[in-house]
Amino acid sequence: MGLRTFIEGWPVYRQLTGTDPLGRGAAAQSARSAGLTARTEDADSVARSVCPYCAVGCGQRVFVRDGQVSQIEGDPDSPISRGRLCPKGSASKSLVTSPLRQTKVRYRRPYSTQWEDLDLDTALDMIADRMLAAREQTWEDVDTQGRPLNRTLGFSSLGGATLDNEENYLIKKLFTAMGALQIENQARI
Amino acid sequence: MAEAHPVGFQWVMEAKRKGAKVFHVDPRFTRTSAVADSYLPIRAGTDIALLGGVVRYILDNELDFREYVLSYTNAATIVSEDFSDTEDGDGFFSGFDPETGTYVQDSWQYEGNEGSSGSGHTAKERDSASGLEHESHGAQVDGDTPRDETLQHPRCVYQILKRHFSRYTPEMVERVCGIPQDKFLELAEAWTRNSGRERTGMLIYSVGWTQHSVGVQYIRTGAIIQLLLGNMGRPGGGVMALRGHASIQGSTDIPTLFNLLPGYLPMPHHADHPTFDEWVDSIRHPGQKGFWGNAGSFAASLLKAYWGDAATPENDFCYGYLPRMTGDHGTYQQVLNMIDGKIKGYFLLGQNPAVGSAHGRAQRLGMANLDWLVVRDLFEIESATFWKNGPEVATGEIVPEECRTEVFFLPAASHVEKEGTFTQTQRLLQWREKAVEPPGDARSELWFFYHLGRRLREKLADSKLPRDRALLDLTWDYPTHGPRAEPSAESVLREINGYDVATGRPLSSFAEARADGSTAIGCWIYTGVYADGVNQAARRKSRHEQDWVAAEWGWAWPANRRILYNRASADPDGNPWSERKRYIWWDAEKGEWTGHDVPDFEKTKPPSYRPPPGASGTEGIAGDDPFIMQGDGKGWLYAPSGVLDGPLPTHYEPVESPVRNPLYGQQANPTRKMYAHPVNSVNPSPPEGHSQVFPYVFTVSRLTEHHTAGGMSRTVSPLAELQPEMFVEVSPELAVERGLAHLGWAHLVSGRAVIEARVLVTDRLTPLRIEGRLIHQVWLPYHFGFEGLVTGDSANDLFGISLDPNVLIQESKVGTCDVRPGRRPTGPALLDLVADYQRRAGIGPGHNAPAVTTDSEGRERSDS
Repeated sequence: MGLRTFIEGWPVYRQLTGTDPLGRGAAAQSARSAGLTARTEDADSVARSVCPYCAVGCGQRVFVRDGQVSQIEGDPDSPISRGRLCPKGSASKSLVTSPLRQTKVRYRRPYSTQWEDLDLDTALDMIADRMLAAREQTWEDVDTQGRPLNRTLGFSSLGGATLDNEENYLIKKLFTAMGALQIENQARI
Repeated sequence: MAEAHPVGFQWVMEAKRKGAKVFHVDPRFTRTSAVADSYLPIRAGTDIALLGGVVRYILDNELDFREYVLSYTNAATIVSEDFSDTEDGDGFFSGFDPETGTYVQDSWQYEGNEGSSGSGHTAKERDSASGLEHESHGAQVDGDTPRDETLQHPRCVYQILKRHFSRYTPEMVERVCGIPQDKFLELAEAWTRNSGRERTGMLIYSVGWTQHSVGVQYIRTGAIIQLLLGNMGRPGGGVMALRGHASIQGSTDIPTLFNLLPGYLPMPHHADHPTFDEWVDSIRHPGQKGFWGNAGSFAASLLKAYWGDAATPENDFCYGYLPRMTGDHGTYQQVLNMIDGKIKGYFLLGQNPAVGSAHGRAQRLGMANLDWLVVRDLFEIESATFWKNGPEVATGEIVPEECRTEVFFLPAASHVEKEGTFTQTQRLLQWREKAVEPPGDARSELWFFYHLGRRLREKLADSKLPRDRALLDLTWDYPTHGPRAEPSAESVLREINGYDVATGRPLSSFAEARADGSTAIGCWIYTGVYADGVNQAARRKSRHEQDWVAAEWGWAWPANRRILYNRASADPDGNPWSERKRYIWWDAEKGEWTGHDVPDFEKTKPPSYRPPPGASGTEGIAGDDPFIMQGDGKGWLYAPSGVLDGPLPTHYEPVESPVRNPLYGQQANPTRKMYAHPVNSVNPSPPEGHSQVFPYVFTVSRLTEHHTAGGMSRTVSPLAELQPEMFVEVSPELAVERGLAHLGWAHLVSGRAVIEARVLVTDRLTPLRIEGRLIHQVWLPYHFGFEGLVTGDSANDLFGISLDPNVLIQESKVGTCDVRPGRRPTGPALLDLVADYQRRAGIGPGHNAPAVTTDSEGRERSDS
């Protein structure tokens, strides 16, 4: 390291000679921090998204690198949120990458004290069988006066306020076609 | 708002910077209070008394926006002479049927319409939560109604309103709510002064307002004020609901709700809707004005979307396939039925009732008595593990080895791992792009339900049973992509939007809907979101590149209108009320409505248009009737039908209250939905005896750092670290009274449960002087449960189950309890403590307060 480089590496020199007389910007920057780049800069792709918490609908930009979410930030283009996120929205990356997320199907058989593993395809099949059995056992064709009822009260469902419109549409459509009336979500609560 | 919707709150701060005065009403001083111009502490559950006081202030001082009120509201309409008010009935309107605890609404109707309109007896309406159908339109009323434009007729709405609220004086507001008179008058003066031609005022509520036994009437009172002041349909005005889940608006529009079909079409009722025609007529009300005249097109198009080629005009579009309601099938009735062994299976889709629903113990006992339970979530939430980790395991009420519920936990995809639309709180749809694949077995609900449906149809493919036709004839052929065969969300959105059956062309507007089977529409109010085959919800034109209305960001229903009923932003002649508040106006030269937004009116119908005699449907709407979904085109100060607990809001005490109603002999809402189930003991309130056993009022709300039942926040390390522990806020006065130490422990007891929490002694809560007594309120966050990174007892365990009659939403923002120092007992001793309180309070299993308290017997009891 030459003397000149040494002196220029001294923040007070840069503060006195450079464009940052108050020493709160470039003058105070170390070589290391000058070399840092934001996680957002080297992203492979960016998805335009919406915060999953409350219903304000703040815009999010989801940055992806190597197939993983590397950062989630507020979308400055959004006329709703103008780039801002609250503590929860700012924690969205921690939400979707949380080590506590369960990514395997879990199965608890009746009277058991613990979870077991179960294959997703098998689970789907078992659930379908149980729905059809419950429907069969509780099906109501008509009321006492012979008017159509066309339904089952044998099973029910709760949820939808955190889901997409397209998902709610399929849930309602499928359950209605099965005669399953008892569908509810947070809007009732 | 600053706590629970911080980013939305930036607009309140913008308004404040521009000179708006901000008032905050809350039982607890919050971050919103800290930046408001004025903070009004209120006793939880008394908002109608406060807002009714504002109505009285407006009418007594004749501060209403008279030209707006005369032209755009039903103030001048004359009501039947059979009507009698709560002022004459000690808290009852005419028509109450004590047998069913509901009203017959005939006497509430407009003069001359007693027989021809109204919903008659309303017991069925209550059980089917029919008030929800009115989310996009008003209730039935005949178009031609007698009016007195001078507002002097003693039975015109204006005069009825004036009499109804005549005793809601500043003194009464202070007695009921605990708000000092000068604070109340400051609010009333500022609100009225800031309304009129040049200015508008906005009312914002968070949906805790709906969680009361009189929740719908809270919002009605706000709407009455905003109509009287001319603040509806105008920029900077309105009643703004801050909903709490990313797409809870969408899940109401495309309802995962028992009593609705998409677009607020009612689920058929076995007795009322035996045929397609009767079902449609019950929605469109032949002869009525307004856009619901086209209900037949919306209904036929929905069934066409569901059943495709099988749905024909000849078979009433497969109307016979729809299941029928017979009564209350809501979530709380379901839970009680689970406890009683009547329900076999239960799906939980991103929802955690073990923590988030009222009466957590009932929720968990119900789930422990199922054949099977499917939980789809990101995390192992409390509702998935109640059988091994729930508080009932500790008390011995649930023994894992004896609990038969078979549990499937299926991991779900997060919001960045799938594409689709959320509908946010202002009806705006925003499309999300998919960023990454979901991990492991995690899948979207779209994947789960599409493939579940496919499998169910395969299993029944050979069935000859008539009941299976609905499933086998269902249109269920969405294209899939990728190695996991993810269905195309965009193809579902296209079906929601609707299309021309013959050509497949996506429709541009619900005006294109037809009743002859030539159109298929999944949700008619969303028609236009896929206009021209373009996903309009995916539009992301930067706010810097468009005007302040930002009409090219996402898509709002209906028809991309950003302010509903915006015809009211112009005067009856079609001119802006003022330059400052110019929004939509009539361009006489071009012969059309124009402005900053999509006009919420027929584009070329001039202000001078008057309907021919006997006109109905859209033809019946005059050129100066802005409220086009209403049966008479008017904003309703008085609701002759559609609201089951009264045409006008009335202050009733919360179901659990330490205070006798200062205004009427009737204590609580007499039409509330009550469940006398053994698990549901309701604490006594005056005039019943022993209410002093539960002397304190408790209320709950959100923390900035947590979300609902904690499934998306107590599992996330930064948020868990920011708010790590369950706590209760108490005033310094109550801390002294009960010997509570700051940062020590307290436990709270109700007739249902006992929970413990750390004590935060703070003057954010203040004792209120009510009827000469000091009433203490305590506050709790409701986010905690027994799973996640941070755990604690659940505040919702304290609540019982009492519901608003209009929408069957529970009262879970106010209840009574006792507060004791120290930690709660554990194991069986916990149950003994609750039982001891029940005994002292004289409440057996399933105790509910009497619905009617105006009888002499009740008054005698009040002295005991």
